[in-house]
Amino acid sequence: MTVLVALPVLLPLFAAALSLIAGRSPRVQRLLGVGVLTAIAAIAVVLLLETDRNGPVVLQFGGYAAPFGITLVADRLSALLLLVSALVTLAVLIFSIGQRITDYGRQTASTAFHPMYLMLCAGVSLAYLTGDLFNLFVAFEIMLASSYVLITRRTTAARVRASMTYVIVSLTSSLLFITMIALVYAATGTVNLAALPAKIAELDAGVQSSLALFMVVVFGIKAALVPMHFWLPDSYPTAPAPITAVFAGLLTKVGVYALIRTQTLVFIHDASWTVLLVIAMLTMIIGVLGAIAQNDLNRMLSFLLVSHIGYMLFGLALFTVLGLAGVILYVVHHITVQAALFLTSGIITRHTGTVSLQAMSGVAKAYPLVAVLFALPALSLAGIPPFSGFVAKIALLQAGAAVGTPVAYAVTAAAVVTSLLTLFAVTKIWVGAFWGKVAEPHADPDPTDEVTVGTGSTSKGMLVATGGLVAVSVLIAVFAGPLAAMSERAAADLLDGGAYQTAVLGADGGGR
Amino acid sequence: MTTDRPTEETDHDTDPVPWTFWDRPRDRWLMAEHNCNTWPRSLLLEVVARVVFPTVLILSVYLLFAGHNNAGGGFSGGLVAGLAFVLRYVAGGSAELAAMVRIRPPVVIGAGLSIAIVTALSPAFFGEAVLSSAVWSLHLPLLGDLKIATNLFLDLGVYLLIVGVVMDLLRTVGAGTELGGPGLDEETMERDEVERT
Repeated sequence: MTVLVALPVLLPLFAAALSLIAGRSPRVQRLLGVGVLTAIAAIAVVLLLETDRNGPVVLQFGGYAAPFGITLVADRLSALLLLVSALVTLAVLIFSIGQRITDYGRQTASTAFHPMYLMLCAGVSLAYLTGDLFNLFVAFEIMLASSYVLITRRTTAARVRASMTYVIVSLTSSLLFITMIALVYAATGTVNLAALPAKIAELDAGVQSSLALFMVVVFGIKAALVPMHFWLPDSYPTAPAPITAVFAGLLTKVGVYALIRTQTLVFIHDASWTVLLVIAMLTMIIGVLGAIAQNDLNRMLSFLLVSHIGYMLFGLALFTVLGLAGVILYVVHHITVQAALFLTSGIITRHTGTVSLQAMSGVAKAYPLVAVLFALPALSLAGIPPFSGFVAKIALLQAGAAVGTPVAYAVTAAAVVTSLLTLFAVTKIWVGAFWGKVAEPHADPDPTDEVTVGTGSTSKGMLVATGGLVAVSVLIAVFAGPLAAMSERAAADLLDGGAYQTAVLGADGGGR
Repeated sequence: MTTDRPTEETDHDTDPVPWTFWDRPRDRWLMAEHNCNTWPRSLLLEVVARVVFPTVLILSVYLLFAGHNNAGGGFSGGLVAGLAFVLRYVAGGSAELAAMVRIRPPVVIGAGLSIAIVTALSPAFFGEAVLSSAVWSLHLPLLGDLKIATNLFLDLGVYLLIVGVVMDLLRTVGAGTELGGPGLDEETMERDEVERT
């Protein structure tokens, strides 16, 4: 059973290696990618069932016991996120293959895309499963290094400029991350997540809270919390649709996951944390106001992404079982919905040839299926019942009201307002893009780059992939009951932390 | 000194070569009189680079084997081997690099990564934790007692990976300088042109 924990990391790396060797054979590359991601989804299901029944599954690399060896841990939260991520990466890969076949034909191989994409998946899996801070850093680096390649492939000058923002901000945050690890190690003598809580508890209150804040900043940059969000709407919208979808769906959420993991496991918070609550409120409001001001479809979706990261932070900052359960539901919902929206936006721009909302119109009449694919996740994002967003939002609002402090009430109110403003923003997209007379597609401004727009051609693969993601988000709403129960158990695990530590260190605390 | 070549095809990408010929040099050992490159070349550097090349490679293999309980290992061994290729590249440009191996760098990277991952996963088939290692003791004639740890295969994978990455870097990053000779700006080129005519 323990080998299953290593497979989601090692299998995509292996497939990436084989994909490099088979660089001349597009067929083999496609089969490898789709096959491996399907396998990871299956493994994630098994892990989820196992962790739910028997507690965390732990793998000590090479048989060296924690806290000295390297540990991989799958608990309810990581197995659940692994499953959702595998489904989203699979859908995005199928979309991307479909797009490539439409644009360049069946026979064109791409040396870099498949290996890099699989590397990215390996990094995401490692981030969820790792049991120590340093390997979390390694996971982020694997993810970022491959994302640098993916965002700058076959690019234009404008996109290189936008990608520079991304690369520089990411490198800065990596630098802060490694500094933070050094400080943690200097203060405690360990980087093992399970061994840290006991060591951290012995430190001064001042050192404790400065380390906790440092972690919020480091992971906040990746997750795009509001003072550190400026890079996201600048860099994400310029990449090709599938790349933006996987970045928006997963990379920011990995930052949120790291925040949740460190703040619940490593640091003990007895009550809600006002600083985080205020940041959450700012993230929600500023993000959604930024979105309303946009005219560019992708930029608007990027600002909405920032805004909705605020919801996840809100639930975390409450530090109650209800709040964390809401966060987990929200992360699961948001990964699928945000990826689906960016994929649909990719299809829309292929039809209209532009991302400007003012310049496009009449998509609903010309392509009713695309309109449906957009409407379902958009309404879900705004939190309209009966979609998955409603289920997740109501859980968060209830958790906020249950805490009952004035700040918590204020943030809850802000969450409701943000929800309404999100509805306004997606309505703006709907009115701009979908209603009105059918317009002629605009010509592709730069036919040489990777982003082909305005051709109006979409293949079945792209539609099936987007439809699949939309179906997953609908299924989340259908199975909201079991999923909410599961999230609640995962949240209780997180706040308790005992099961995780015992599973990693053994019942005697690893000889401490 | 010429070597037998299976075919005179220059575009090896479209023409599959039997794998037994993959490591066979595609050009003469010394290209001094054949090279049609126009940039100023240093005969001394080229000859020394070729003489030193095998020695550096053997040193890299030594580092690979010594890595188990001494300084060295797959990473440093791979880097040293990569430096050997860098030396040849600096001396003779990409033609020199292509003359040595006909395996594409991504394939070397992929093979190295595959070896490393198969080594990491294989203990799982024997019921051990992933990345566990085992040691074989062999008695060989001539060499005496030999201990082989399975870590060696992981190191071998890393070695290939690093060599592949260095070669890929030379190929891709060096592509820009290739246009005008190694590291020459246009001004120098023009001056040389004037001197020759």
